[in-house]
Amino acid sequence: MKDRSLISIDDLCKEEYLQVLDTAETFENKPVQNILDGKVVATLFFEPSTRTRLSFESAVNYLGGKVIGFSDASSSSVKKGESLKDTILTVNSYSDLIVMRHPREGSARYASEVSSKPVINAGDGANQHPTQCLLDLYSIRKTQGKLENLDIVFVGDLKYGRTVHSLVIAMTHFNCRFHLVSPVELKLPSSVKSHIKEKKLEYYQYTDLSEAIPKADIIYMTRIQRERFSDPIEYEKVKDSYVLSKNLLADCKPNMKILHPLPRVNEINEDVDSLPQAYYFQQAQNGLFVRQALLKLILGV
Amino acid sequence: MEQSNKPRKELVVSAIENGTVIDHIPTQSVFQVIHILNLEKFDNQIVIGTNLSSSKYGKKGIIKVSNKFFEPEEINKIALVAPTATLIVIKNFLVTEKKKVEIPETIQKFVKCVNPNCITNIENVPTKFNVIDKEESKLKCFYCEKTTEKKNMVFK
Repeated sequence: MKDRSLISIDDLCKEEYLQVLDTAETFENKPVQNILDGKVVATLFFEPSTRTRLSFESAVNYLGGKVIGFSDASSSSVKKGESLKDTILTVNSYSDLIVMRHPREGSARYASEVSSKPVINAGDGANQHPTQCLLDLYSIRKTQGKLENLDIVFVGDLKYGRTVHSLVIAMTHFNCRFHLVSPVELKLPSSVKSHIKEKKLEYYQYTDLSEAIPKADIIYMTRIQRERFSDPIEYEKVKDSYVLSKNLLADCKPNMKILHPLPRVNEINEDVDSLPQAYYFQQAQNGLFVRQALLKLILGV
Repeated sequence: MEQSNKPRKELVVSAIENGTVIDHIPTQSVFQVIHILNLEKFDNQIVIGTNLSSSKYGKKGIIKVSNKFFEPEEINKIALVAPTATLIVIKNFLVTEKKKVEIPETIQKFVKCVNPNCITNIENVPTKFNVIDKEESKLKCFYCEKTTEKKNMVFK
């Protein structure tokens, strides 16, 4: 992966996913390693994303590198009307690697074409967020001891949730069964479903969350956003039907863990937080190790 | 070869000496083809016919461009709007080559991405697509990864 950009989860093959996860494991055992000494990483956040930015910056710092960049477009020359191309060409000469978050879809791929340094996509609009997907994979493997033959339940907004799309596509490499729980309006798009069909894997669609829970090794929760509905009445009808609470989890499998890309609003009741199945906060922490692994592999240190 | 020297029934528009004839264009696509091939800016003789009768398709359009021999990538672009089109190369009033257009693997620059939030619609970035379905003319944006389908295809 040395010197390669990471823009879309499809840029990696199965072996490379596993290489990232194995490397991340070494950082979980020893997070402080002085391997980025003398390296500069640029974090260009054209829209704010506190969690992702801090996690990347913390990863660089634990590895002994330095960070330059900005945390939202208003504090950069974008405000003066500079094009993305010019910003990238400038930052290029100041850093060894660029981590970029941008509100427009396709911006990261474009930046990687313009840049002579590798680019890691930290989210391009509603399109891709590959490091989130890798930390999801890491969390699944860590809690289940494997990635193969699992039953994964995806809940909530499966239509617009980019983390769901990437994770579904990534998990098709591991012979999983997919349980898709969503309101009819927010079903998984056929372009993503086609990946499941291509590999001839099993998938089941539900509108009732309680039906899918007993089958799950992993429950992947997402937030349903009001603005996704053209009819506000429809939103009011479904908004509370996809909320995970303690009493719903009575017949779950003993190994089951709950993941959520965060931030959550109300889709996981707080009474779940203290249960052994709740894994979403550790999941966020795994982001640090996965990002450390990517920095190491891409910079080739 | 011999046959093409004789005047044929459908030859309503005059023959050309050297150049390219694009035949069997669906009538509604004639002007799109002109636009895609950038013929508005071409200064040699061009003869355009449309709503001509065709034994094969009922009605058809035809474009005859003098002294112009298209590169395959150039002409294949029109396959998106005129999949039935035939390309005929004329040298000295004789047909030297005749073939069907074929949709290429990638499409660059002249189709707009359907996604309004795609970087190609925001900044000055030329579009680039992979053709993921040749029969249905489905294009996947190289940048935002959204699919542009025939029914919502807009040409730049």
